[in-house]
Amino acid sequence: MFRDIFNLKSVGPLAVVFIILLFLPPIIPRFYIYILAVIFVTALVAMSLNMVVGHGGLFQFHHGAFYGVGAYTVALMLTKTSLPTWVGFVAGPIIAALVGLLIGAFCVRLTKLYFGMLQISLGSLIWAIAFRWYSLTGGDDGIHGITMPSIISSSKGAYYFTLIVLAICLIVMYMIFKSPFGATLQAIRDNPERCEAIGINVRRHQLIAIVIATFFAGIAGVLFVVVEGSVFPDLLFWVLSLEIFIMCLLGGWFTFAGPILGAAIMISLRTFVGIHTEYWTLILGIILILLIFFLPEGVWGYILEKFGRQAREVVEGGSD
Amino acid sequence: MLQVEEMYKSFDDFKAVNGANLTVEKGELVAVIGPNGAGKTTLFNMITGQLKPDRGNVIFNDEDISKLPPYEICRKGIARSFQIANIFPRLTVFRNVQVSVLSQQGKSRNLFHPAQELAVEETKSILESVGLSDKAGNTAGSLAHGDQRKLEIAIALGNDPELLILDEPTAGMSPEETAATMELIKQLANSRGLTILFCEHDMEVVFNFAQSIMVMHLGLTIMQGEPDEVRNSSRVQECYLGGA
Repeated sequence: MFRDIFNLKSVGPLAVVFIILLFLPPIIPRFYIYILAVIFVTALVAMSLNMVVGHGGLFQFHHGAFYGVGAYTVALMLTKTSLPTWVGFVAGPIIAALVGLLIGAFCVRLTKLYFGMLQISLGSLIWAIAFRWYSLTGGDDGIHGITMPSIISSSKGAYYFTLIVLAICLIVMYMIFKSPFGATLQAIRDNPERCEAIGINVRRHQLIAIVIATFFAGIAGVLFVVVEGSVFPDLLFWVLSLEIFIMCLLGGWFTFAGPILGAAIMISLRTFVGIHTEYWTLILGIILILLIFFLPEGVWGYILEKFGRQAREVVEGGSD
Repeated sequence: MLQVEEMYKSFDDFKAVNGANLTVEKGELVAVIGPNGAGKTTLFNMITGQLKPDRGNVIFNDEDISKLPPYEICRKGIARSFQIANIFPRLTVFRNVQVSVLSQQGKSRNLFHPAQELAVEETKSILESVGLSDKAGNTAGSLAHGDQRKLEIAIALGNDPELLILDEPTAGMSPEETAATMELIKQLANSRGLTILFCEHDMEVVFNFAQSIMVMHLGLTIMQGEPDEVRNSSRVQECYLGGA
């Protein structure tokens, strides 16, 4: 039944990129394999944020908190318990979604900026716990040397694992984006008052969206541990959330695939400009200013517009 | 079908609605008239739950709905349009109406079926009936004013309501557009068996179309009756028609 939305036009380019990525590891240096894996992880967390920010119009300012909760959950389960690895992998997203439900339930009672402010406060609380509870979380030091099953412990193994999990997540996210739930969420973004008047329980809908988005953020958190083998409190810090937010804006927050591009740009900048100057954020700042003036719809939004596909991609129309 | 009893609403010291009463019978076309600031929109907002009344009841099909949130009132069978075009500007015209039909069908939370395959026939027939079929693929925000007003009504029809409430459906329209819109509304009422409650300040429109008219002035209901009754009432003339 989803044949129609997965046509050549909509997923063709991404499928080509996916196949190219599958064949890359044997021919590129290990460092690039690692950077690409980091991009996959970051792309997933940015995509999950965009479900609520770009499609839902919610000011989810502290999305990194749920990413961090996913990562800490799996790190703690693998180091403090003797449970099998897969239990930790499953628990990460579930715990992240539960925390998302708890924080979201308070936040959806507020609107716009107040929503964002409350979320920053509650998210920072989680950061404070991770930072202060030294005996459990290792405080400032974080948790290091988390061992992974041998199949995904090498950098190539981690690369393939994150790539495949990302691909599966993107397919599911795309289905949600194109579903009645996704359509209704976009309608709420455009006009919540009108949605109430056509019989939609706006708050509940937003809360479900937050739970789904934080679940995916939790998956990204698990992947982070797979790639890095460690966790630290910066994962939960609001600065990281801001970076993820910027990735959505940079790529194009009203599009589906924009945040992937945003994440790739940010990670590349940090890595390759960061080699030359520690003030890479200055360059990021200049790029952002230019973006606001020249590409307000984001990079991917601009590309779609250029090729005249924006109307179809962003705001799915009739059946024809 | 709908009874509004002794409604009051004030904003700080301003008494927007100060004793409003209204009865709507099934199948009727009922108008609320009154000069600007008479409290018509506030009254409508209280009926459909956007505002909570300070006092008073709204009885719909023998049930008090005055304490329900808007989405539940909608599910009881009351849909409405807004005075200022209140649409989903980034979505297509088709999607604007489809979202409403999906809500009516209880499919808004369906996560794993493509939206483009659902509620298609219903949406197309509504767009057809308001004359927007040829613009189905356009982005709603780019429509001309008159078309946005039509879309506004189409979104409300998506809920397949028993009672359709229209807040100044012809606001900002030329006389020709106004006539065409009122004709459309009448036609919709007949073909879909709708009961319609609307407000207007254009007298001619109201006396030509409404079967029952409620007159408001300074938040207070002066009277409700048939057009002739209202036209001949000395009280109405005194505080409204005379001044116009």
